[in-house]
Amino acid sequence: MRIPAAILTLLAGMALVLTGLWVGQNINLLPEDASLNAPVYDELFKVLFSIGTILLIGIAGLIVYSLVRFRRVNGDQGDGVAIEGNLPLEILWTAIPAVVVLFVGIYSYDIYDRMGGMAPLNDHSMHAMHSDAGDSRTWAGISPVAMEASTGEPPLPVDVTAMQFAFIFHYPDAGITAGELHVPVGQPVALTMKANDVIHAFWVPQFRLKQDVIPGQPTLLSFTATKPGRYPIVCAELCGPYHGGMRSTVVVEEPQTFADWVAQNSPAASPDAPTAVQS
Amino acid sequence: MTLTLSPPSATAPPLQPQGWLRYLSFSTDHKVIGLQYLVCGFIFYLVGGALAGAIRTELLTPISDFLPRETYNEVLTLHGTVMIFLWIVPVVNGAFGNYLIPFYVGARDMAFPRLNAVAFWLIPPAGLLLISSYFIASAAQSGWTAYPPLSLTTPATGQIIWILSVLLLGGSSIFGGINFIATILKLRRPGLKLMQMPMYCWAMLGTSILVVLSTPVLAGTLVLLSFDIIAHTGFFNPSLGGNAVVYQHLFWFYSHPAVYIMVLPAFGLVSEILPVHARKPLFGYTTMVYSIMGIVFLGLIVWAHHMFTSGTPPWMRLFFTIATSFIAVPTGIKFFNWLATLWGGKIALNSAMLFSCGFILNFVFGGITGVALAQVPFDIHVHDTYFVVGHFHYIVYGGTVFVIFASIYHWYPKVTGRMLNEPLGRLHFLLTFVGFNLCFAPQHWMGLNGMPRRVAEYDPQFELINQVSSVGALLMAVSTLPFLVNVILSAFRGEPAGDNPWNALTPEWLTSSPPPVENWHGEAPLVHEPYGYGVEPGSLSLAATSGRDLWSAGDPERKP
Ligand code: HEM
Ligand SMILES: [Cu+2]
Ligand SMILES: [Cu+2]
Repeated sequence: MRIPAAILTLLAGMALVLTGLWVGQNINLLPEDASLNAPVYDELFKVLFSIGTILLIGIAGLIVYSLVRFRRVNGDQGDGVAIEGNLPLEILWTAIPAVVVLFVGIYSYDIYDRMGGMAPLNDHSMHAMHSDAGDSRTWAGISPVAMEASTGEPPLPVDVTAMQFAFIFHYPDAGITAGELHVPVGQPVALTMKANDVIHAFWVPQFRLKQDVIPGQPTLLSFTATKPGRYPIVCAELCGPYHGGMRSTVVVEEPQTFADWVAQNSPAASPDAPTAVQS
Repeated sequence: MTLTLSPPSATAPPLQPQGWLRYLSFSTDHKVIGLQYLVCGFIFYLVGGALAGAIRTELLTPISDFLPRETYNEVLTLHGTVMIFLWIVPVVNGAFGNYLIPFYVGARDMAFPRLNAVAFWLIPPAGLLLISSYFIASAAQSGWTAYPPLSLTTPATGQIIWILSVLLLGGSSIFGGINFIATILKLRRPGLKLMQMPMYCWAMLGTSILVVLSTPVLAGTLVLLSFDIIAHTGFFNPSLGGNAVVYQHLFWFYSHPAVYIMVLPAFGLVSEILPVHARKPLFGYTTMVYSIMGIVFLGLIVWAHHMFTSGTPPWMRLFFTIATSFIAVPTGIKFFNWLATLWGGKIALNSAMLFSCGFILNFVFGGITGVALAQVPFDIHVHDTYFVVGHFHYIVYGGTVFVIFASIYHWYPKVTGRMLNEPLGRLHFLLTFVGFNLCFAPQHWMGLNGMPRRVAEYDPQFELINQVSSVGALLMAVSTLPFLVNVILSAFRGEPAGDNPWNALTPEWLTSSPPPVENWHGEAPLVHEPYGYGVEPGSLSLAATSGRDLWSAGDPERKP
């Protein structure tokens, strides 16, 4: 007795789905996560990775199987069967991908919303941040409103200037200007970014965040770091010959260490400088 | 139809050069022009490949030590521009389109043969102009995307020459597109209905619509960019009140459709190759046609997925995510139909088939990463990184270039009358497939872990994996050798192919190899069922027949 093909197919399908799920959950292709929205991103990544693995292995399996099973044996000059189509089948494989991409689209919208990407820009908490902007066209990668909502703390404002080939960080409250970005762990940070010459992009892989910095349009990007450490800031938009060298570091510190750093670096080490840190 | 159906008179003196010289002439024969496109494109492919070699050599080490930094950016810009505008677009459209479309519609030439020759002869000067910019001044340094303000601040001469060259190539592409549309719609042999055309005609119709709708937008944009450079106008210059993001919208309004201009014809070619070597009809002809048109429509409304980090408003991100994701639906239909075409066939595992199946695998991979990239939150992390480099090479190389090779193995016997050597062809496939995956698969990991694209220096943690990638690139370079040897030697020594070595049913096989000027002696065949392979299910004489003899010079009883 042979096992019916339908049962074998079913088993193969189940094995495939399980493999996909296992791969998505257990193979890690991402760097360390160090911001509030990184785990959210990783969740989406796992889902996409699982779906992708299932599709890829499934289709590769079908091709290899067909090539082996239906290969032309020597001397056979005949044809295969004359099947020109099968409408119900075609409708099925139109409908399934449509449902899958719709699910993926809605799910990723939800993820983006949880990362703060869909939050409105103009809110009362904003005026503090870009008093100098005065520009009606301010753009946001991730809005500070969302970050404040998720941590309940007012964001730490930092002005970022991108230029060929460096990032400059300015802390308006403490009056510090630095080449490295120091931030306290757990407190939202609101970057107001502008570019002086050409387009640059601010990217911290461990935060899963990237935002182009475009001349002529001040841009906001917010994040909340969750793990102390030093992470690279990478310019991700071709900006000239030294583009590859345009890197900096974000130093995520315990609140106390950060307060000390602010105190040490404030220009007129006045006692009220550390008020920038509201922790 | 006022086609001359009588064979050309033998006594009339030839109007055009004969022999090999006609390949260097202003020939108006669509087959000559097709080959001109192919060979010219392949020469530029070798140039682009050498540039890629320079890039991969620089990336062997994390520091910038092989090329000066400016030169690296020039090489990178030239590589992208050459590969897209001088190799892929002219070859999948111009070369195969010109060679095959007149056969497929039963015509003796393209609708506008002179325009056709003009379109081809724009390409070599444009290409030489582009490459000469490297020697004249310095080539453009702002990438194939030429985003302002960077493209306004890098050396102007190189950027202007780049713009001129791309304008010429765009013009060539538009001329070609008009010609294909006219030929397919107006030169069809009487009695051939639209829904009886081979699938490549539909692919070229769709592609040409995209070319005609979107290329003029690129041209206009580049003209404005050149004003900004030469005349210091401020269209895209923020310091003069312009807007740099508007350029990105206009650029991608062309350049996303451009990716379909590069891949839809490849879809069409694969649809021709698979049924012949699997001895089965193309599965789901009608849904294939609708999915091509669906891709054309959706392809026009997804461009902003290249700009998710450029400060686009939230609603726009949402719209373009959904629209982009939905392209996977018509694309998926085509892939399932191809799998169903293979299923139950009698598949010849020759080089053409291997490259076609390699294409399916690679493209599925690239399509999956594409759908992932369409999701805004996913894209925000990997945009402008090596992940994207991996994605689009899986599509343009693993997809289109694989199909170009499959097509060469498939149509070489028609063009030359001789077969290519199979073992060399399989070696070529093996080296290309392994080299390609070794080169580009690891790039996805690099991108996810922090390596941006278009850099000459990088974080040392990526050194080993970049070296692996470079080894893959070396294998790809080596893989070209068996191919070149094969193509050149077989032209003289190859086994004679006969007129129809694959027992195919499409009209280009129903004439001599190589075909005569004007394609057929006597009347053009009318092929109602270009994919009429196969025996009826249930029929017992599986091994007896080989292809239903369905073509005839106008059999009126055949239903569509
Ligand atoms: C399932 C279909 C596809 C989807 C959903 C898709 C999606 C995307 C997305 C969202 C990007 C932007 C990534 C970024 O820059 O952050 C992208 C980039 C790219 N795609 Fe695709 N893609 C698909 C198929 C194709 C095809 C068919 C081609 C070419 C034949 C192609 C070629 C490219 C190229 C060249 C880029 C990079 C452009 C550049 O920045 O220089 N893609 N794709
Ligand atoms: Cu930069
Ligand atoms: Cu696109």
